[in-house]
Amino acid sequence: MMEELSLHIMDVLQNSLAAGARKVELEIEEDMDGDRLRIKVRDNGKGMTPEELKRVWDPFYTTKRDIGVGLGIPMFKWVAEHCDGSFRMESHPGEGTMLEAEMRLGHIDRPPMGDLAGTVLAMVVSSPQVRFVLRYKSRKGDFFFDSQEVREILGDVPLSNAEVIKFLKEYLSENLAKVMEAA
Amino acid sequence: MAEKIKTLDQLRKIREETRKKMSIREGKYRFKVTIPMGTSGIVVGAREVMKAFLDAIEEHNLTDVIVTQTGFMGSRSIQPVAIVEDDKGNKITYGNLTPDKAKEIVERHIVKGEVVQGYVVLTPLE
Repeated sequence: MMEELSLHIMDVLQNSLAAGARKVELEIEEDMDGDRLRIKVRDNGKGMTPEELKRVWDPFYTTKRDIGVGLGIPMFKWVAEHCDGSFRMESHPGEGTMLEAEMRLGHIDRPPMGDLAGTVLAMVVSSPQVRFVLRYKSRKGDFFFDSQEVREILGDVPLSNAEVIKFLKEYLSENLAKVMEAA
Repeated sequence: MAEKIKTLDQLRKIREETRKKMSIREGKYRFKVTIPMGTSGIVVGAREVMKAFLDAIEEHNLTDVIVTQTGFMGSRSIQPVAIVEDDKGNKITYGNLTPDKAKEIVERHIVKGEVVQGYVVLTPLE
């Protein structure tokens, strides 16, 4: 149903927004030597009680009327576990939620990362009030992006301005292309 | 670090140039496009639709359009959806969108001011 890891990531980031997060951190690490791929998201949203967290694994559970919502996490978990990996979530009410998916980088069924730049661009431009921090690590280097830096520079110029979109799109895709080694 | 400095400089330049011609003042905009980005939207292409809106805004060099997202919105059968709202509060909901349809909506609705009837959905969203 989701053919790219960057779409699973988008879904997770969306959950963070739905939880009222003001800051969302995404960390992706390609470990070529160890043949692992790690994806970590941490937010400062409203968090979940252990009871609520348990229900997140249930594909038929949703707090909303949107039928698709409850499926996002179980799908991502399935992908990670199917690719010789693991998936875990920690959450504390009032503090936020942490999610970590880890899988074998070279697994034949591992979905491609896909358009990660597109995911980040869509999130940053459409939710300017939320601070997005991205760190992508690989053998080729580190790429660090903090939407707050962009926000501070822009001042009252909106993120969804034509020139800003153009700049961010190129900036994100060029810099990610430089560090992304695995497809 | 050298790259980062260059980046900041580039963005500052964009900011200065944009402010000169900017028509958005203190949150004022001519159109606001809202795209539901729940799981059910994402699986049927909401991200690609949002990217198409952003591309079209860039292509038409629009400075007074805001693109925003919302988590959940009703029936999944009409997703991807975009709600186009003008500064007078008129709201049009478009459904079953594709990137091409999104571009057409920007060209016709936002640039020329004509509602694209063929893509309008009347299904109540809440």
